[in-house]
Parts: sequence; C-alpha cells; structure tokens
Amino acid sequence: MSVAVTIAYLLVAAGAVLTLVRLVQGPSLADRVVATDLLLVLLSCGAGIFTVDTGNGTYLIVMVVVGVLGFLGTVTVARFIEKRGA
Amino acid sequence: MVADVISEVLVVAGAFLCLVAGIGLVRLPDVFARMHAATKPATLGLLLISTAALFQARDSASVVALVLIIVVQFLTSPVGAHMVGRAAYRAGGLLGPDTVLDELDGRHDTSGAD
Repeated sequence: MSVAVTIAYLLVAAGAVLTLVRLVQGPSLADRVVATDLLLVLLSCGAGIFTVDTGNGTYLIVMVVVGVLGFLGTVTVARFIEKRGA
Repeated sequence: MVADVISEVLVVAGAFLCLVAGIGLVRLPDVFARMHAATKPATLGLLLISTAALFQARDSASVVALVLIIVVQFLTSPVGAHMVGRAAYRAGGLLGPDTVLDELDGRHDTSGAD
C-alpha cells in the first residue's frame, strides 16, 4: 500500500469521525440527514480509494448502489421533515 | 508510472475534501451552512477519487461503472441537497443566530408540502 493511499484512508476516516459527532449531536433532524448523507458519500469515497489501491473493480458497483440509496434516503426524510417539521 | 502519480495526487485531494467536510459539519453554525460544507465531497471529492480510479482501472466494465458513479452523483447530489434545504427552511427555526438577512422571510408558502 502506497503512502498516498494510507494518507487518503486516514483523511476519510477523520472526516467520518467528525461526521459521526454531528450525527450524534444533532440538534435537528435535518442536521442528522445531512450527516447521514455525508457518511454514505465517505463510504463511497473509501470504496473508491480501495479501487485506486488495488486496481480491483469489485467494489465499484457498491459505489453506484450507495450513491442511489443515499439519494433515495435523503429525499424520503426530506419529504418527512417538510410534512412533520424538524 | 505517470498514471500512478496522477492518481495518488487526485486520491489525496479527494480525501482532503472529505476531511474538510467533516470539519465544516462540526464547526459551522446552522444546518444550511453545514449542508454547504457537506455537498463538496459529494460532487468534487467523489469526482477526484473516481478519476483517480479511472487511471488504475484494468477492464472496460470498471470504466463504465466509474462513469456511471460520476453521472449518478452529479445528477442526484444537488437535487438531494436542494430538497433537504427546502424542507429545513419550511420546517422553520433552523437559521443560526448570526444570520444577517433572510430574503425569503414572509415571501414563501409555509402551509406545508407542495
């Protein structure tokens, strides 16, 4: 594993920890939706870094699915907030 | 060799955007400012990391999947952010205490969805 890939993994992991802090703290439901969406993006970035590291395309389809699922989840909860309040 | 260097630079740049988003999410004052930070890695960060992976791809199926990821993310990420922002504004009371100007105040329908 090259140094650049290790640094990239560490940066994404640090970002994910900070995102988890916001996810736990809230304070509103909209904050948690934003944090959850970002957490899925970071998961997708991690799979991308794995692909860069190994050249193995196994997890690329995971990135596609996570992207679509993240969008669907965000839109669903956004509609919920609009009807019920944050 | 050159492709390896390019993809290493791109992957570190994309991962750096992920860290910046995490810092912004913790430090910025209200949900709209946090959304501004959170949507950077969703488009640019993922684009940089996917481009880095394109340089390392060994077969055409990987290239197709990576282009699909970029297209899907660029189509869905702004729409999702827009919907969360609209819902949060309509829910009310989420603007930070330091907000100077709210141009939508009194000019939009607060009676609920659609």
